[in-house]
Amino acid sequence: MALLSTHALTAQYGQFKALFGVDLHIDPGECVAIIGANGAGKTTLMRAITGVLKNAPEMIRLGGEPIGALPPDRILQRGIAMVPEGRKLFPSLTVEENLLIGGQVRRGSGRWSLDDIYRLFPILKDRRHSPGTALSGGQQQMVAIGRALMSNPELLLCDEISLGLAPVVIRDIYAALPAIRATGAAVILVEQDITRALSVADRVYCMMEGRVTLTAPAGQVTREAIHAAYFGAAA
Amino acid sequence: MIWLDVLVQGILLGGLYALFAAGLSLVFGIMRLVNLAHGDLIVLAAFVILLIVATTGLDPFLAALIAAGWLLQRLVLNRVLGRDILPPLLVTFGLSVALQNGMLEAFSADSRRLRVGALESASIGFGPVTVGTLPLLTFASAVVAIFVLNRIFYTTALGRAFRAVSDDPTTASLMGLNPRSVFAIATGLAMVIVTLAALYLGMRSNFDPSIGPARLLYAFQAVIIGGLGSLWGTLAGGAIIGVAQTLGAQINPEWQILAGHIAFLVVLLIRPRGLFPRAVD
Repeated sequence: MALLSTHALTAQYGQFKALFGVDLHIDPGECVAIIGANGAGKTTLMRAITGVLKNAPEMIRLGGEPIGALPPDRILQRGIAMVPEGRKLFPSLTVEENLLIGGQVRRGSGRWSLDDIYRLFPILKDRRHSPGTALSGGQQQMVAIGRALMSNPELLLCDEISLGLAPVVIRDIYAALPAIRATGAAVILVEQDITRALSVADRVYCMMEGRVTLTAPAGQVTREAIHAAYFGAAA
Repeated sequence: MIWLDVLVQGILLGGLYALFAAGLSLVFGIMRLVNLAHGDLIVLAAFVILLIVATTGLDPFLAALIAAGWLLQRLVLNRVLGRDILPPLLVTFGLSVALQNGMLEAFSADSRRLRVGALESASIGFGPVTVGTLPLLTFASAVVAIFVLNRIFYTTALGRAFRAVSDDPTTASLMGLNPRSVFAIATGLAMVIVTLAALYLGMRSNFDPSIGPARLLYAFQAVIIGGLGSLWGTLAGGAIIGVAQTLGAQINPEWQILAGHIAFLVVLLIRPRGLFPRAVD
């Protein structure tokens, strides 16, 4: 059975409709990439899954149970952790405190401890008493990922983790992905960097204007198919 | 020697103002909520103490006030918190008016006082100055309260949650925190400080249902002189107003309150963000 699935998921901001019936699913331990242009609804989809946007309960299911109407703190307790777009570290907290906040509501016996995070991103150990926002963009991204991992998630949502970072830094961050997947966690990567996304994901969804326009195993998808799904067939 | 005496008495008076201000500062710092009913809550707490002292012990009443703070936040204030700062202002202003009139109805306009016997007039001599035991106790309580609040804020998981929710409630909820619960806990904690302030207010001077807004004003001035978000700054702010008022009263009793306001304005002219503003706003 799928770990997480959405069923005709819709979302809107006031009068503006952002998602038109999105169906997708992710299996336990799977890595799925969601690509699409700006405004395709990728971040809205993440906000819906994490409960920041309210939905009908049965629109989102986790392990078969409807979770669409739960608030964000309850969603986290169910095992879905989020690395938000733009990192969103807490400026009043140090690096270590940011990580500890992520672990404040922990699930299970704990696959991820503070030490595990420092082993994954050694640079953070040296900077652990600095304010989170005093770090470079790449280091802040590492804190944001570590903060999400501290809750021992079954499913990790990563929203645009390469946005605004230098290629060499992006490589460092993506190097952590195998260790994260080795814990058995499923990962959803929302990415604009299509090449990067296809190189690590098992499957890819492409979104356009609030709809899923392509679903394919990452190894089999062609440039042409992505181009058509990304910009529309006529483009 | 009279000026040294004035200085010491003023600083000790500042302890009371710091107690008024600490709860206000806590609530504003965490949820950006300006509680215009803060002064009236202090007066209400003083009346409740008066009522309970006559009948039973203090413990259940403290618990009741914490519960009242928690409920106030959960049922009323959480509904109006948001991007717009106006709704919570209007609600707490309304609460202020309702509290004053409610107290007038329940306790009459008579001026009251908490009687504590010999402690009211006891004093300790320190060389050339003699200080009242009660003002000294007030100041010590303010220092302890602010020390404890700082420890909670910067060394506990609860304090971490306070700061995270204050920074960014949405992201904090993604980390498994429920901002509304955190806010309710903060208001409960503020009510503990309110109760402490009420205790010393009631022992030090007479109070009646109408004096809340003036206490709110002193609390505001102490918070702003100290710099938003700094609890030790709030203590310093309270001391500055206390010294200014005592100094003014020494020159001419009519000038007591005015001198406090002038000191406030002077500090704002020199340091518009207060003496110890928090680096991150």
